[in-house]
Amino acid sequence: MEYSSPILNYAQLAPILIVLGGALIGVLIEAFAPRSSRHSSQLFITIATLVISLGALLRVRNEASVDAAMGSVAFDGAGVLFQASILIIAILSIFLIADQENFTALAAAVPGSDEERDSLRSDLRVTEVYPLTLFAVAGMLLFPMSSDLITLFVALEMLSLPLYLMAGLSRRRRLASQEAALKYFLLGAFSSAFFIFGVAYLYGYSGSITFVGIHGSIVNGSGNDVFLLLGIAFISVGLLFKVGAVPFHAWSPDVYQGAPTAITGFMAAATKVAAFGAILRIYYVVFANAQWQWMPVLTVIAIITMVFGSVVAIAQRDVKRMLAYSSIAHAGFLLAGVIALSKPGLDASIFYLFVYGIATVGAFGVVTLVRDSSGEVTDLNRWSGLGKRSPLIATVFALFLLAFAGIPMTSGFIGKFSIFSAAYESGSTSILIAGVLSSAIAAFFYIRVIVLIFFKDPVEDGTSVVIPSGLTTITIAISAAVTLLMGIYPAPLINFIQSTAFFIR
Amino acid sequence: MNALTSMMLLPLLGSLLLAVIPTDQVLRIKQAALGTTLLVAISGVMAWFKFESSNTAFQFVQTVQWIPSFGINYAVGVDGLSLVLILMSVLLAPIVILAGWNESEGGRWSAKVFYILILLLETLMIGVFAATDVFLFYVFFEAMLIPVYFLIGGYGAAERAAAAVKFLIYSLFGGLLMLASIIGLYVISSDNGGPTFDISKLSEMHNFMSPTTQNLLFLGFFIAFAIKAPLWPLHTWLPDAASAATPGTSVLLLGVLDKVGTFGMIRFCLTLFPDASKTFTPVILTLAVISILYGAFLAIGARDIKRLIAYTSISHFGFITMGIFAMTTQGHSGATLYMFNHAFSTAALFLVAGWMISRRGSSKISDFGGLQRVTPIMAWSFFIAGMSSLALPGLSSFVSEFLVLVGTYTRYPVAAVIATFGIVLAALYILIPVQKALHGPTTPGNESLPDLNLREKIAIAPVIAVIVALGFYPSPLLNVINPASAHVIESQGFTDPLPTESAGK
Repeated sequence: MEYSSPILNYAQLAPILIVLGGALIGVLIEAFAPRSSRHSSQLFITIATLVISLGALLRVRNEASVDAAMGSVAFDGAGVLFQASILIIAILSIFLIADQENFTALAAAVPGSDEERDSLRSDLRVTEVYPLTLFAVAGMLLFPMSSDLITLFVALEMLSLPLYLMAGLSRRRRLASQEAALKYFLLGAFSSAFFIFGVAYLYGYSGSITFVGIHGSIVNGSGNDVFLLLGIAFISVGLLFKVGAVPFHAWSPDVYQGAPTAITGFMAAATKVAAFGAILRIYYVVFANAQWQWMPVLTVIAIITMVFGSVVAIAQRDVKRMLAYSSIAHAGFLLAGVIALSKPGLDASIFYLFVYGIATVGAFGVVTLVRDSSGEVTDLNRWSGLGKRSPLIATVFALFLLAFAGIPMTSGFIGKFSIFSAAYESGSTSILIAGVLSSAIAAFFYIRVIVLIFFKDPVEDGTSVVIPSGLTTITIAISAAVTLLMGIYPAPLINFIQSTAFFIR
Repeated sequence: MNALTSMMLLPLLGSLLLAVIPTDQVLRIKQAALGTTLLVAISGVMAWFKFESSNTAFQFVQTVQWIPSFGINYAVGVDGLSLVLILMSVLLAPIVILAGWNESEGGRWSAKVFYILILLLETLMIGVFAATDVFLFYVFFEAMLIPVYFLIGGYGAAERAAAAVKFLIYSLFGGLLMLASIIGLYVISSDNGGPTFDISKLSEMHNFMSPTTQNLLFLGFFIAFAIKAPLWPLHTWLPDAASAATPGTSVLLLGVLDKVGTFGMIRFCLTLFPDASKTFTPVILTLAVISILYGAFLAIGARDIKRLIAYTSISHFGFITMGIFAMTTQGHSGATLYMFNHAFSTAALFLVAGWMISRRGSSKISDFGGLQRVTPIMAWSFFIAGMSSLALPGLSSFVSEFLVLVGTYTRYPVAAVIATFGIVLAALYILIPVQKALHGPTTPGNESLPDLNLREKIAIAPVIAVIVALGFYPSPLLNVINPASAHVIESQGFTDPLPTESAGK
């Protein structure tokens, strides 16, 4: 048997490889650098890595090819847009993560043990989070580019495993944080099992693991349709779990609440881009010709997800849980773009993912700032009167909420308009109606928070808004500016997406 | 520069100017706000004189590409209908500021924020009437809610927060239904000659719709507008909002914002969906007649002077809606003139009522009495405003109410006859408070109320002048309105029914 050496297009793989390299350097720093200099050097390495990776991506952005890694990675316009969104969101999130207040000192210590108390007293600082973030980012970059099922699975695990750990790093409420991590891990492992099960069925159906091969079998109609259906169903379970679509959403409120807020923001925004990138690719590229098998089910899931997320969010009294349910509702809106199964649907989804991700990072950035003497305050009752204490922060948060609600002049409105019109154009009237109605429901709880912030009197319980560190300010300011700008003048970005976003087979 | 665009930019620049004036220089802020609105009013009057009333096409047209890939333009222009409404808005703004000189104090936020919100609102008010692009209209329509929401919630009376939320939820719900219809229109237009939001191109689209589609799209628009110009049974937000807001905000709310609803019915419902409009006419006329009578009965029973005015407005909006859906030139001209007149008579009522309330410290009608002796000028102002509200011949509302009834009678005699009872009830709901508050023995506590001061006299004088002048000589307005109304009726495929006498011979 002869082995031919793999042919890799290193320029196209560079963004992923650079991030992996940065992560490895981070691991070395953890091992060898003195504790005192770790934080600053990790921060520097991480930001530099992400920026260089973004630069490398921009350099090769126009070179579409299926053969970046012997058919396992497809490098195309849509993929470039997903990767760029992920990198931008990651950079903004790193600024939030750099504010170390949120993280435990020694993640391995048992909650409440002497070891933990000692670590807190000696003012240790966790710095593992930087390489973990980079590993997760590398997985996310690969996920929407994968063009065979094994690579897709590897990327899925690569992005998930660091996130499970990062969810458990919260400084306060250690037990809740660890519970969140465990829950995320167990359910994630469960859904990975479904995913790999689906891979097996698709292989049984087509005798191939590449997207091209499976698509070819679907077009020929040569295989056993039962295998195809089971394969699509199981793979969809694995993917829908990652985006938190109902009925695979159960992890997200607990994980959003338990994880350190900066991590929640990163997870909510970047994971969504990566996972929807992969979903869009697999449905648009592989399953497109089998749409009558999956579209009715996915339509029902999208509608249930929108309505459920919006309705349950009304009952939430915790800002992070509320944002979790709101992100479930948004997953439903984004599924409308998948169902559209058209070029406008793809364009709209990419625009929506980008602006929603940015607004999400910004919103969680604001959440990190509202604190009392023992840490962040996420109980919504104690947010009342925030507008009186710090009008600027409250206004910015209101802007993000209005964007989530899809009010004109914010990016969320353009996103909603384009994604619903794409869905309706493809004939999904039910999606349009459900989307509009659940937007109305969702508007109710966003407005309730705005009322609380602006029209209720502050409760005197020591809740205050900390003066944001320089990096957090940058993140919130950029997010707010993008949210506003993309609501008022989105044409350049929309044109860019329209001319760039293509999937290749 | 385009007359309309510059008219919209002026208040926007004014609000920026206000933003840089220090918060504690309240007088300077007020002067700047008043000066800005006066400038806008002057440019509005200048536009009025430049307008060619015989030309039924849009004038002062400006079109700039905004989001080309969706066919969205920044497109403005006016015909007789929108010009009258813009004139009404820009004339009311300085009056409201002058009349409510002190109402920004004691609010939740500073006077500066109040006037910034008012000026932003003025920009949006002009924009919403001037937009000839449906998407642009929608953006203004929704964006208007935000300043109004904060004006009600931040500066009003006791129940302001709840009233503001109720207002916002109702409006957002209607707005989202309209968004669904707009998406529907967009998709139909992109299937038939390329995506566009241009109102004149969209008015051809009804030829490509099935009756069901047209009916559904019509309802999306109509329900949104019926919430805005509150039509029974969608009116319940109005009394709460109008009685919780400051008098100035209420004037803008009832006088201008609600007119967007009736304006929208003519500009969008009738023009875009002529067949559906005919289908729904019987239902809408029934609702309009119910509104006329129901609003009047509620007004008769009202104990609170602000609620009373709000209820009378529900009755008046019933008349306007009836005039619009009577589908005759007279009905349309009457409805348009009614919109203008209602704004001024309601402004007079609300402003005087606001002065009465702030002097007495109570808004109950039973707390007043004998004001005619104590404060003759205030009492006479209220009396004239009231007479205008009940459409006394010689005052402006009479002309429009008469036109509406005549215009309706020629096609729908039954509706017109029943609606005429509204006039009888109007006499009751105005004369009862006039008798209780202005005449009779002076109620204890009222003996030393001060009469109107110079500022208040200057504010109310132009309003009363307009009411009286248009009562005797409405033709300057009608000359502009009539061609526009005839054009709408004609493009609907209607001919005015001839009076039966001459038709028989």
